[in-house]
Amino acid sequence: MNLPIQTQMSNQTSTGAANHSNHKVTVRNVNVFYGDKKALENVRLDIPAQQVTALIGPSGCGKSTFLRCINRMNDVVDGCRVEGEIKLDGEDIYARGVDVVHLRARVGIVFQKPNPFPKSIYDNVAYGPKIHGLVSNRTEMDEIVMTSLEKAGLLAEVQDRLEAPGTSLSGGQQQRLCIARAIAVQPEVILMDEPCSALDPIATARIEELIDELKENFTIIMVTHSMQQAARVSQKTAFFHMGELVEQGDTTEIFTRPKDERTQAYITGRIG
Amino acid sequence: MEHDHIVRSFDDDLGRLDAIIAQMGGLVERQLADAMQALVKRDVELAQTVIDNDVLIDDLETQVDQQTINILALRQPMADDLRSVIVVLKMASNLERIGDYAKNIAKRVLILSHMEPVGNTSQSVQRMAGLVQVMIKNVLDAYGTLDIHKADDVRLRDQEVDRIHTSLFRELLTYMMEDPHHITACTHLLFVSKNIERIGDHVTSIAEYVHFLVSGEMPADERPKRDLSSQTTLE
Repeated sequence: MNLPIQTQMSNQTSTGAANHSNHKVTVRNVNVFYGDKKALENVRLDIPAQQVTALIGPSGCGKSTFLRCINRMNDVVDGCRVEGEIKLDGEDIYARGVDVVHLRARVGIVFQKPNPFPKSIYDNVAYGPKIHGLVSNRTEMDEIVMTSLEKAGLLAEVQDRLEAPGTSLSGGQQQRLCIARAIAVQPEVILMDEPCSALDPIATARIEELIDELKENFTIIMVTHSMQQAARVSQKTAFFHMGELVEQGDTTEIFTRPKDERTQAYITGRIG
Repeated sequence: MEHDHIVRSFDDDLGRLDAIIAQMGGLVERQLADAMQALVKRDVELAQTVIDNDVLIDDLETQVDQQTINILALRQPMADDLRSVIVVLKMASNLERIGDYAKNIAKRVLILSHMEPVGNTSQSVQRMAGLVQVMIKNVLDAYGTLDIHKADDVRLRDQEVDRIHTSLFRELLTYMMEDPHHITACTHLLFVSKNIERIGDHVTSIAEYVHFLVSGEMPADERPKRDLSSQTTLE
C-alpha cells in the first residue's frame, strides 16, 4: 500500500511518480543546521529499494541527524533547519503541503532503546493502523496484528498473552514488538537507529536475522556503531565523518578496500 | 609495516605476525642459499643441515596460522588490516613450500655428491637459483616497504627462470640420450631445476599478494609464463 504523502496529490500514487531508477530515496545537497551550527554538509546519497543501507561513523558525525531527516523527525527539534532535497519515490518530502503524518506512516522508525507504549502487546501493534484508519473492524485488526507480529518473528512467543503489557517482555522481544508496531502500518521504508545497541548477542542475532527477512518487503536504513553488524546485515554502507558523507558504496567494498583514508582509519580502528 | 591502532595490543598482534614472516623469509633465503652451496661444493654436511633446519620453517608457519586465527577471531580486522592478515597467511604457506623445495634439493645433493658432474649443467642451475634468490630478497623487501612496483617487477622476472628451466630440460635430456650412465644424476638435476622453477612460481605468487595488499586488487593481467618443458621433446 502506498499512502500519498502530499494531500493535494491524493489521486497520484507514489509509485506513479517519475522514478526510473531503483532508488527508493534520493538525497541531494542536504545541509542540516542546529541553530548556527552546521550538522550535515552537502549530503548526496541514493538509497536502493529493498536493500539494507547502513550508516556508520563516529559519534556526532551526523548519521542519526541524517536518518531523522528521512521521515522529518527533525521538524520537531527546536532550531533544526533542513536544506536541500530528499525524495521518496521521486516526491520531495520537504515540499509544501506534504502530510508529515502520512510520510511517517510510509517511513517508519525503530529507536535504539525499545520503547513500547504502556499498553498491551496487542494494542502496541494495533495503535498505528487504528490512528491511520487502516481497518474497519476487529477481524481486520486481528489480522494486521497477527501478521505484523509474525513478520517481526514474535508471534510464537506472545500469542497466548497478547493482553499482557508490552513492557513485560524481554529487551529483545520489546524491540521486535517495536518493529511489529512499525510494520503494522505497512510502511515502505524502515529507519533503524542503533536497533541492537541495548540488546545481548542472541537478541541481536534475532533482530539481524529479522532485518535480513524484512528487506524482501521493505527498504531499510540503519544507523549502527557496530562495524561487524553493518558488515553482516547491509548491502550498502555510507560513512559519515564530521557532518560530511565521506564515502558510500557496496558494503563488501567499503569493508575490504575503502577508497578514502578517513573511512579506512575509522573501520580499522586507527587514530583518524 | 607500521600500525597505529587505537587499541595498541592489536598493533602488537600484527607486529608479531610481521616479525614471524620476516624470520621465515630470512630462514628461507638462507636455506636455499645453503642448499645451492651444498650442491656446488658437494657438501653433504651442509645439505644435511638444510634438511634438519626445514622443521624450523614449518614451526614458524604453524605460528603464523595460529596467530592469524587468533587475530581473525579476536580482532575482526577490516580493510587493509584484513588484507595484511590474509596476505601473511598466504605468504607463510608460499614460504613454507619454498623451504620444502630447498630441503628437497638438499636431499638430492646427498646422492649427487657421490656421482660424476654432468657437463656444465651446475652453472645453469646456479644461474637460475641466483635469479630466484634475488627475486625472494626483492619480494620480501617489497612486502616490508609496501612497494607495489617492486612486487610487480618480481612477478615479471619469473619468465627468465622459466626460460632457463626449459633450456636445462633440453640439455639434461641430451646428456641422458648421449650416455645412459648419466640418467640418475640428470634425473636428480632435473628435479633440482624443477624445484627452483617452482620456487620462482611461489615467489611470483607472493609478489601478487603484495600487489593485493597495497592496492586491494589482485593483478588484472595474466602472468606471462615461459616454462615450456612440458612440451619439450628431443628427436
